[in-house]
Amino acid sequence: MPAHMAEDRTGPPEQPGSQWYDNEAGPLVRPYAMTGGRTKSGPTGVRFDLIALVSLDTGAPDVRDDTGLGPEHRALIELCRTETQSVAELAADADLPVGVVRVLLGDLLELGCVKVSLPVPPAQLPDERILREVIEGLRAL
Amino acid sequence: MVSEHSDATSDETAALALKILVAGGFGVGKTTLVGAVSEIRPLRTEELLSEAGQSVDDTDGVDQKVTTTVAMDFGRITIRSGLSLYLFGTPGQDRFWFLWDELSQGALGAVVLADTRRLEDCFPAVDYFEHRHIPFVVAVNCFTGSRTYGAHDVSRALDLDKGTPVVLCDARDRDSGKEVLIRLVEYAGRMHTARLLDSVG
Repeated sequence: MPAHMAEDRTGPPEQPGSQWYDNEAGPLVRPYAMTGGRTKSGPTGVRFDLIALVSLDTGAPDVRDDTGLGPEHRALIELCRTETQSVAELAADADLPVGVVRVLLGDLLELGCVKVSLPVPPAQLPDERILREVIEGLRAL
Repeated sequence: MVSEHSDATSDETAALALKILVAGGFGVGKTTLVGAVSEIRPLRTEELLSEAGQSVDDTDGVDQKVTTTVAMDFGRITIRSGLSLYLFGTPGQDRFWFLWDELSQGALGAVVLADTRRLEDCFPAVDYFEHRHIPFVVAVNCFTGSRTYGAHDVSRALDLDKGTPVVLCDARDRDSGKEVLIRLVEYAGRMHTARLLDSVG
């Protein structure tokens, strides 16, 4: 996006069609600026579910010197380093919209930095044993 | 944890996460319920409206809010290492239905929170889950000062399918919230078993 448009947003709306550049328009940095304008993750084409669990790949390459990665990528790596997290938690902790986190995770997955476990497919709800375990777990809380 | 389960999961070492939705009208106590049972403070995640908004039929007002984000509150309950339950409060407004489709995908089930003073607020959620055959329980949040109705009255007023559990609860109370979730998981298990039997018989 051209820089002058970003500046316009703080000022009063002047031109028709630009009235959504007001305070209610949201963050001053366009979220997808962090993804280089991409709204879908890369060739792997995986759409991460909100509860897909992301963990650091033990065989992850050292990406400290990788200039292709932005600060948001690194923030996600650091969050995963602490513990395995769901996509939803990563988005909340990194304070990024889910759509943006999905794109960034796609990058990290392609680089071999993270592993993503897909949630149970809708048709295969967990078996009775797991549900029993959940019920017992809830009772014990 | 029960010891008989500990070695049974050797073939599925991958962590398992289950999703439960908390739906209902605006201000009925969805976030309160999530917060009462969650082990983490309810987190907030945002989805960009512009991303999925193309499928919205009613575009009144939407075209001027291209960058609006929709917030979803969620919480987590760890059952054991490698098995956790995620609770998602669904966006209250009707125009965010398209987000429900994604949220409900792969969901174990849903809790529809109801307030007897404005029962109609939960009709859309009841319809939504009934049509998609997603197991749900109706939890009546008993606000102080509101007249108490029996579970049966609520069930009849909502014209629920036979067997759909109705639970009276206090969304602020952890034990009450736990009970709601237990009823849901039990019901989801029964529904699942019934469906399996249907498919083989």
